[in-house]
Amino acid sequence: MLLIHCPYCDETLPELEFTYAGEAHIDRPENPSEQSDAEWESFLFLRENVKGPHFERWRHFHGCGRYFNAVRNTITDKFYITYKAGEARPDLSALLEDEK
Amino acid sequence: MSIAISSLTPSTIAETSAAKVVSLPMQGRLSLRARDGLDKLGAALGLSLPQKIGQCARADGIEAVCLGPDEWTLLLPLDQVATVTEALAALMPELPHALTDISGREVTFRIEGTRAAELLTIGCARDLSGVAPGEARRTLFDVATVVLWHDGENAFRMDVWNSFAPFIAQTLEVGCKELAAEAA
Repeated sequence: MLLIHCPYCDETLPELEFTYAGEAHIDRPENPSEQSDAEWESFLFLRENVKGPHFERWRHFHGCGRYFNAVRNTITDKFYITYKAGEARPDLSALLEDEK
Repeated sequence: MSIAISSLTPSTIAETSAAKVVSLPMQGRLSLRARDGLDKLGAALGLSLPQKIGQCARADGIEAVCLGPDEWTLLLPLDQVATVTEALAALMPELPHALTDISGREVTFRIEGTRAAELLTIGCARDLSGVAPGEARRTLFDVATVVLWHDGENAFRMDVWNSFAPFIAQTLEVGCKELAAEAA
């Protein structure tokens, strides 16, 4: 079982308490009506589908209930970092450097 | 066969050499959501609202646990619900908050005995040694979200939503018996 660190509870807890919530850092356009169909399609459906380190959202569903962001390697399932929603995207190269 | 809902009046669900599981009488439960003014809300409740998730505060019959960054659950005697609701309502509208009476939503089980913690491991993947006595956590037990209170070394309470209660009670009953049979 994966162990995931919740940045709000500040505890490392079993995966079972969490739910996955898709790719992170996708902002809803402020004026949806001004979007072209292609832009709207991109917002709704098009995702990076990364092989390797992936920025994604998780929710501590059976706990504090909060959404937060994580960087997980989609090949190894390793979590490099988790951070609170709204915080800036961490520097990926520094994270990967720490792993070496 | 699942335990009938009607049987979840205060009663002993299981008692073996391993642990004892009891369902407790109905009590008052309030859910409090607030972002600011915790001092004033705490003062109105007569306690200091804990701000670290999992920490509890107790005073004057009220037990408060911090379940999220802006969420608290208060357990209190039924006859105090109205008083507390009024005390907090008086802080509106200067101090926006949401107080909801959830007394009818949950049932509490008390789980105690020499192997109480071991009994909980049948449904709880979390490492319970991280929950110190006097603290509480919301977590997952089998399929249900529960609030687990660690009261003492071998004593826990578990707040379960009504609809899950018969199933959780039955799971705990079977667990109690199996642990006892294993030891025999």
